[in-house]
Amino acid sequence: MKKVFLFCAIVVLVIGIAAMPASSLAKGKGPIKIGFIGPMTGHAAQTGRDMFSGLQLFLIEQGWQVAGRKIKLISEDTEAKPAVALTKVRKLVEKDGVHVLIGGLMASTGYALMPYVDAKKIPAMYVIMASDDLTQRKRGKYMVRTGWSSSQPSHPFGVYAAKELGLRKVVTIGYDYAFGWEVVGGFQRTFEDAGGRIIQKLWTPVGTMDYGPFLGRISKDADAVFALFFGGGALQFVKQYKDYGLKDKMTLLGGGTTTDESVLPSMGDEAVGTITTLHYSGALDTPENKKFTKAFKEFAGKAASYYGEGPYTGGKWIIEAAKKIKGDVEDSEKFLNALKTLKLTGAPRGPYELDKFGNPVQNIYIRKVERVGGELQNTVIKTYPKVSQFWTYDVDWYLKQPLYARDYPPLKK
Amino acid sequence: MITEFRVKISGIIAAFILLVILPPTLPSYWLTILTQMLIFGIMAMSLDVLMGYMGRPSFGHAAFFGVSAYAIAILSTRYQVGFLGCVATGFLLATAIAALYGLLVAHAAGVYFLMITLALGMVIWGLAFRWVTMTGGDNGIAGIPRPDLGIPISLDDPIVFYYVVLIVFVIVLFLLFIFIHSPFGQSLMGIRESESRMRILGYNTWLHKYLGYVVAGAFSGISGILWAYYNGFVSPMDAELTASFEVFLMVILGGPGTLIGPALGAGIIVFLKNFISAYTHRWLLIIGAIYILTILYAPGGVMELGIRFAKGGDKE
Amino acid sequence: MEFLIVQTLSGISFAAILFLLASGLSLIFGVMNIVNIAHGSYYMLGGYIGISIFWKTGSFVLAILGAGLSIAIVGIGMQRFLLRRYFEHYPQVLMTMGFALIFRDLALLIWGGDPLSFPAPAFLQGSIHMGEIVFPVYRLFVIALSTAVAIGLWVFNEKTSFGASLRATVDDNEMARGVGINVPLVSALMFGLGAFLAAFGGVVAAPFFGVYAGADFEILPLAFVVVIVGGMGSLKGAAVGSILVGLVDNFGKALVPDLSYFTLFLPMAIVLAIKPTGLFGRK
Repeated sequence: MKKVFLFCAIVVLVIGIAAMPASSLAKGKGPIKIGFIGPMTGHAAQTGRDMFSGLQLFLIEQGWQVAGRKIKLISEDTEAKPAVALTKVRKLVEKDGVHVLIGGLMASTGYALMPYVDAKKIPAMYVIMASDDLTQRKRGKYMVRTGWSSSQPSHPFGVYAAKELGLRKVVTIGYDYAFGWEVVGGFQRTFEDAGGRIIQKLWTPVGTMDYGPFLGRISKDADAVFALFFGGGALQFVKQYKDYGLKDKMTLLGGGTTTDESVLPSMGDEAVGTITTLHYSGALDTPENKKFTKAFKEFAGKAASYYGEGPYTGGKWIIEAAKKIKGDVEDSEKFLNALKTLKLTGAPRGPYELDKFGNPVQNIYIRKVERVGGELQNTVIKTYPKVSQFWTYDVDWYLKQPLYARDYPPLKK
Repeated sequence: MITEFRVKISGIIAAFILLVILPPTLPSYWLTILTQMLIFGIMAMSLDVLMGYMGRPSFGHAAFFGVSAYAIAILSTRYQVGFLGCVATGFLLATAIAALYGLLVAHAAGVYFLMITLALGMVIWGLAFRWVTMTGGDNGIAGIPRPDLGIPISLDDPIVFYYVVLIVFVIVLFLLFIFIHSPFGQSLMGIRESESRMRILGYNTWLHKYLGYVVAGAFSGISGILWAYYNGFVSPMDAELTASFEVFLMVILGGPGTLIGPALGAGIIVFLKNFISAYTHRWLLIIGAIYILTILYAPGGVMELGIRFAKGGDKE
Repeated sequence: MEFLIVQTLSGISFAAILFLLASGLSLIFGVMNIVNIAHGSYYMLGGYIGISIFWKTGSFVLAILGAGLSIAIVGIGMQRFLLRRYFEHYPQVLMTMGFALIFRDLALLIWGGDPLSFPAPAFLQGSIHMGEIVFPVYRLFVIALSTAVAIGLWVFNEKTSFGASLRATVDDNEMARGVGINVPLVSALMFGLGAFLAAFGGVVAAPFFGVYAGADFEILPLAFVVVIVGGMGSLKGAAVGSILVGLVDNFGKALVPDLSYFTLFLPMAIVLAIKPTGLFGRK
C-alpha cells in the first residue's frame, strides 16, 4: 500500500516539475522568444531541418540579440502532422511564452494554426507554407506570410512560356492536392491568356515514386510538359521522364520545387535544360545571395535551397521589425503592425515587401538547370520584378474567381 | 487476488483525485495535454475490448476515429448542422462502418485479422486523402467550432472542455466495464481463450465476435468526435496507419485486457511524445527503445508492472 | 495498345520489387508466425547501405550483396536474441515496431533525410525502343532478376534438403524437432533470408524508386497486402499476389488516379472475405 502511494506521489511530482512554466521568476524583460515549428521527424524531416538551419544561421550571424535584448529560439517537431503542430504551438505559446512563431511546412498546418494564433494574438511567420488562399479568401490577422504563394511564380512563367519560348501546347502533371493545383493553375491561366493551350492535365497521388503509369499517358502532341513535384518524387520524375524517352521530344518545364536545391545535387544530366520558376534560386548572382549560400553550405553542410532561405529571411524580417519597435515585442499589436509594414532589402532573394493582403511582392526568377563548374544549378535566365500574388489582374476580379482547383481552370475544348 | 484488487481500486481513486481536483490549477498547456490523454484513452480502451478481451489485435482502429471526426468536420463547417446532429451522425457513421467491416473480418484471427484490419483502415485513410471534394484531401478541414450545448458555459474554455471530455471518459469507462463483465463480455473472453470450446458449448462465436468488433468501433468513434472538437480541424493524418499503430501500442504498453491499462498507456505515450520532443529531436529513437525495453522487462504492460511493484512491496 | 503494353510492363516491374519483399515477409510469417513491422525498415536500410557501398566501391553487385548480407545479419540478430523468446503477436509487434522507429531515426542520423539517387549500372541505363514504345532497360532487368530469384527460391524450397527441412518446420514444428531437424537454426536462417530479400529489394528498387526517409512505412502495407492476398507461407502466393497488386496498383493509378488507394485495398478486402487464408494459403 505504501508503495502505491509513493508511486503516485512521484508521478505527481514529475508532472508538477514538468508543468512549471518556463520563466515565471525573471523580473523585467527577459529574452525575445522565437518559436520554430517544422517537421523534424518523418518523411519531411530533412526539409524541416533545412528550414531550422536557415533560421539558426541568421540568428547566429545576428549574435542572438536585438534592441538590447537576447534572443531565445525554441524549436518543436510537428512530425508533418497538423494535429501535432497545433499541440506543439500550444506549448510554445502557453508554456514557453514565445513572442512570435515561425515555420510550418504543410498547407494543412497553415490552415489549422490560423484560428489559434488569431485567438492568442501571436504573430505567426509563414515562411514556406504557400497555399494561395491563406492571403486571399481565408486570411488570418496574425499570419504574416513572408514566403510566397503557390501560384505566384507560375503567373509570369505562363507568359514566358508562351511569349519567349514560343510554346503552344503543354501537358501539365503534378501532385494531386492543393499545392499542385495552385502551381499548375497559375501557369495555365496566364499561359492560355497569352495564347497557349493546356491540352492535358494529369494528377498523381502525393508522394508517388513510380511515374510509369503516368508517363505512358502523356500526349505526344505536346510541345512541353509542366511538372510540379518535390522531394524524392521530383528526383524520380525527372529521371523517369528521360528513361521513358520524353526528354528528347518535349522540353521539361516545372514549378520551382521540381528542381529545388534540396534535390538538384542528387540529379544527374537528365535534369539539364529543365526550366522552372520560383521566387528564389541558389544560383542567384547577387552579393547577398552569394554570402548566404556560402554561409549556409558551411553551416549545414549542404547547398542552400528555398527551404533554407525562407526561414533565414523570416528571421531577418522578425529582427528588423523588432528593431523598428525598439524590442517591444510584448505589445503584439505593435509588433504585428511592424511585421506587416516592413520593407526588406538585403535578403538573399532580393528586395521585397508585403501587399495589403499580407503576401510578398517580390522578384520571380525563371531558372534553367545547367551544369556549371561540375555542379548542377538553377541558373537565373530572366527576372520578373515586383510580382504580386495577383499578377497583373485586378484584385477584386481575381478574388471573385474560384480558387485554383483540380479542374479549375478547366481544360479548353 | 485481494492485493491486485486493492491496488486497482486505490490506483483508480488516486487517478480520479488527480484528474478531477488537479486540473483547474494546471497551466493551460498541460490541461490540453491531459485532455488529449483522455481522448486517446477512450480510443485505447475501445481497442482493448477487441485486443485484450476478445483477443483480436487490430491495425485499423483509427479508421472509426477518422470517420466520426470527418463527419463532425464536414457537417459542422459545410452544412452548419447543429451539435446533436453532428454527434449523432458521427457516432452512427462510425458504428455503421464498423458493422460493415465486421462482416469482412469477424471470421479471421491472429495475423490475418491484423492484416485485414490494416488494409481496411487504409481504405478509410485513402478516402480521406483522395476524395478531395468531400474531405478537402491533404489540406484537411479546419474551422470546426466548439459545440454550443445551449448552456451558459462556453466550451471554448479549455477547463470546461476538459471536464466535458472527462465526463465522457468516465461514462465510456463505466459502460465498457459493464460490457466486459456482462455475460456477453465474459463469452468474448471465453472466445479469446479457446474459440473451439465455446463453439462446442453452443455459442454462436461468429456473432459474438462480430458484435464485439462493432462495439469496439463505435466507442472508437466517440473518441473521434471529441478529437474533432478538441483540435478544431481534421486531416487524413488522423486516420493514417501510424495512428492505428499508436493506439495499438497504447494498449500493449498499458496492458491488454485490463481496460484501465490501455488508458494509462495512452496517457504515457501522449506525455512521452510531448515531453521528450521538447528536449531532443531524437525522440523517435528514445520511444523505440522504450518499446523494446517494455517488452523485455514488463511484457504485460504498465498494469502488470504496477501490480508486481505493489505485490513486491506487500511482501515486506 | 502501346499504352497497355507500357502499363503492363510498369506494373510487372513494380510487382518484381514487391515479390522480393513479400516473399521474405511470407516466409517469416509462415515459418515463424512473426509479425515483423521492421520488414519495411529492412528494405529502406538495404537501400541506404547499398547506396553507401556503391559510393565507396562503384560496384552495383557489391552494393546488392553487401546490403543484403548486413541486413540479414541484423535480422538474424533480432530474431535470435530478441524475437525468439516471444510466441505471441503482441510482444513481437511492440518489439519490431520499436526497432522500426530506431532504424528510422538512425537512418536520418546517418544519411540525412534528403532523397538519394542511385544510378543504375551503365550497361543497364537507357531505354529500349520497340516501335512506338519506349521502356527503361533497367526495369526489364528488374523483372528478369526477380524472376530468377523466384525460380531460385522455388528450387531451393522444393528440391534441396534444406528446403525440405524448412517445409517440415513450417508444417509441424515439433515433429521436425523430433526427426532431428535443427529448428532454431532453420528459423534463424529463414528470418535472415527474409531480411536479405527485403534489403536486396531495397537496393534493386533504388535506381527507379530512390532511397528516402519514409520508404519503410510506405512499402510495408503493400507488402502485407501481397502476402495476405497470396496466402501466408506460400511462395507461389507471393508471386501471384505481387503480380496482382502490381498490376492493379499501376492500372488503378493510370486509369482512376483519384481512387488509387481505394482500388488497391478494397479488392483485397473482398478477396479475403471470400477466401480468408488468401489465394494459396493453407489453413
